[in-house]
Amino acid sequence: MHKKKKRLIIRTVILSVLVLTLIGVLYVNFSKERPVVAEGDEAPNFKLKRLDAEGETIELKDLEGKGVMLNFWATYCEPCKEEMPYMDELYKEYKDKGIEIVAISVDSNEFVINNFYNKLGLTFPSVHDKNGTVMEAYDIVPLPTSFFVNPDGTIERVVKGALTLERLEGYLQEIQPTS
Amino acid sequence: MSVNTIKCECGHINHEGTVLCEACGKPIQGNQHLDGNDDQKVLEMRYDGSARRSKTYKRTFIDKTWAFFSSVKVGVWLIVITLIFSALGTIYPQEPFKNSPLPASQFYETEYGITGKIFYQLGFHNMYDSWWYIILVALIGISLVICSLDRYIPLRRALKNQKIKRHPTFVKRQRVVSSADKLSDENYQMIKERLEKKRYKIKEEDGHLFAEKNRFSRWGPYVNHIGLIIILVAAILRMFHVMHVDDYVWVREGETRVIPGTGHEYYVKNEKFSFDFFDPNEDERFREALEKNEAPIPKDFQTDAVIYKVVGDPVIGEEPELEEIKRGEIRVNEPLSFNGYSLYQAGNQMESEYDSISFKVNGENDQEIGEFKFETDEAPYQVELDDGTVVRVDDYYPQLEFTDNGPSSFSKFPRNPGIIFSVLKEGEEEGERFFYLAEEVIGLSEENTFSMSVSDIDKRSASGLTVKKDNTLPFFLVGAIIFMIGVVQGLYWYHRRIWIHPAENEYLVGSHTNKNWFGMKKELDEIFEGTEFNEFKDQSELK
Repeated sequence: MHKKKKRLIIRTVILSVLVLTLIGVLYVNFSKERPVVAEGDEAPNFKLKRLDAEGETIELKDLEGKGVMLNFWATYCEPCKEEMPYMDELYKEYKDKGIEIVAISVDSNEFVINNFYNKLGLTFPSVHDKNGTVMEAYDIVPLPTSFFVNPDGTIERVVKGALTLERLEGYLQEIQPTS
Repeated sequence: MSVNTIKCECGHINHEGTVLCEACGKPIQGNQHLDGNDDQKVLEMRYDGSARRSKTYKRTFIDKTWAFFSSVKVGVWLIVITLIFSALGTIYPQEPFKNSPLPASQFYETEYGITGKIFYQLGFHNMYDSWWYIILVALIGISLVICSLDRYIPLRRALKNQKIKRHPTFVKRQRVVSSADKLSDENYQMIKERLEKKRYKIKEEDGHLFAEKNRFSRWGPYVNHIGLIIILVAAILRMFHVMHVDDYVWVREGETRVIPGTGHEYYVKNEKFSFDFFDPNEDERFREALEKNEAPIPKDFQTDAVIYKVVGDPVIGEEPELEEIKRGEIRVNEPLSFNGYSLYQAGNQMESEYDSISFKVNGENDQEIGEFKFETDEAPYQVELDDGTVVRVDDYYPQLEFTDNGPSSFSKFPRNPGIIFSVLKEGEEEGERFFYLAEEVIGLSEENTFSMSVSDIDKRSASGLTVKKDNTLPFFLVGAIIFMIGVVQGLYWYHRRIWIHPAENEYLVGSHTNKNWFGMKKELDEIFEGTEFNEFKDQSELK
């Protein structure tokens, strides 16, 4: 009887090791398909030069405590340009309520960004991801993609594609700090 | 005596499920059905009649699962099913290799019709990463481990416990046998010498003789399985970035880019991209073939690259401090390697982009008043010429196209730049407008005092590099070597045993080999030649 018990234990151990390995492999394989940066994750920190204010930089970490909207866009992306006026309209209203909007352009050229920014007279911070490193870290496809980041630095919502004014306002309210 | 053991008449205590006594080989009553033995036939010597536990205990869930995986039948079916699916997955290209801008949901149907649609809907377009395919392969792995354990352990035990003295039934019912009425001492010694010469290990007890050689050949399949398991583990390791990276990056001439897959640790700079074509005039033999082809046929691509390592730990997006670690040329099949990574030449966009465009500005009477260079990546806001005239850039479209909303850019790459300039006299706010497109400058104002023309164009190429790292290759190599050792071990040696059994009025000889019975019989004939023993009979052939 003792021997049989030992055998059962050995079999259980071997089978569990094999099954756990299988589960581990499936998990790793599954997590490869999961987006790099998903809702609920901490937003990866980044630091970029501001184009709208000479000599200044924006680091995401420094914005903790505020609700932050990160908008990835480019001048060659028509829907990106269409939602910019909405962002600007709401920015004027919400910036005093603890909301920050950062427009991250993935263009290769400062001129085109500033040209568009100045033509529309936008007011929210504009930064330039010239080498595409932030875009890569956030794994951006398609443009525009917007991340709504809670005051504690976690991502509340990821929106792929263009936003309407109403939806945008709703999402900004979600990340508005309670004070 | 416990219920779970069987005592043989020779005194040896066997496990439940034993078919042939481990010590003397006597068939155990009541267990012969397990290996399909019957009194009229040669004994089934599979695993030496040892108790394969999986065949007997099926009580708990674990035991049942174990028994399922320990079945060779199950293992073979798993392999067959996996083989069929693996083959089906190659009918159409897998999703990462479809080489089309269409999404998978449309690609397969448009390209291959109804069968393509079925292929896509069954999920075969991403088969080798799918959970069910991974489970199939894993089940084979589990079957492999359990089958091997469940056979190796009892077989080793049976071969270790075998006694010199066997039961007469065991000897008589071997496949190749012989007998003699008497055996002289001289002949017995001669047989022993011959056996030794043929490298048998001989053991004797009370006139019984047991000769055995090449037992290690029996372990071949298990060694082979260890190799397979190492290969499976290596395949698992490939899923981790530390072990395996396969990525792609486009680098333009003069550009420095982060190398993907390296965790923002390395950058590559494309110093120069050069290419060479086969010249039809070089060799008369190839002239016709080369001229038939519309596009020139490339001879060589080369990227002069510099590899940089990031110093310190900059925040993403921050301009990193770079330290050059390597410099070299990348050619097709001649990668540049650094710290476990290799960059391979894999693609090119030859002279696809404008690096800079130089303009000449003429004033009144076509007098040249200045020249400037427009860098496509660092577009200036305005340029002041020597005489105080200002050229202002009003709009810039890197890849110009015309939409319903007027001119716009299709991408950020300066593949077809369009630029709108205003040329202003010193101190003035309004000037004359010019539109540069398709390498020409068109005046937009009605009357022009100024004129602009293109004086120089500098194009650049982009080089496509594959980023590779594979630390799993040594594991595959070790697995494959062990696999082959197992094959050789099991295939090129035979495990052979010979028993000489003095019975009441006769001498019995039984023999066993795990393969090549013809060779066994020949060897026996040589060993027993000129002795009292009858010619050896192959009992299985009589039936």
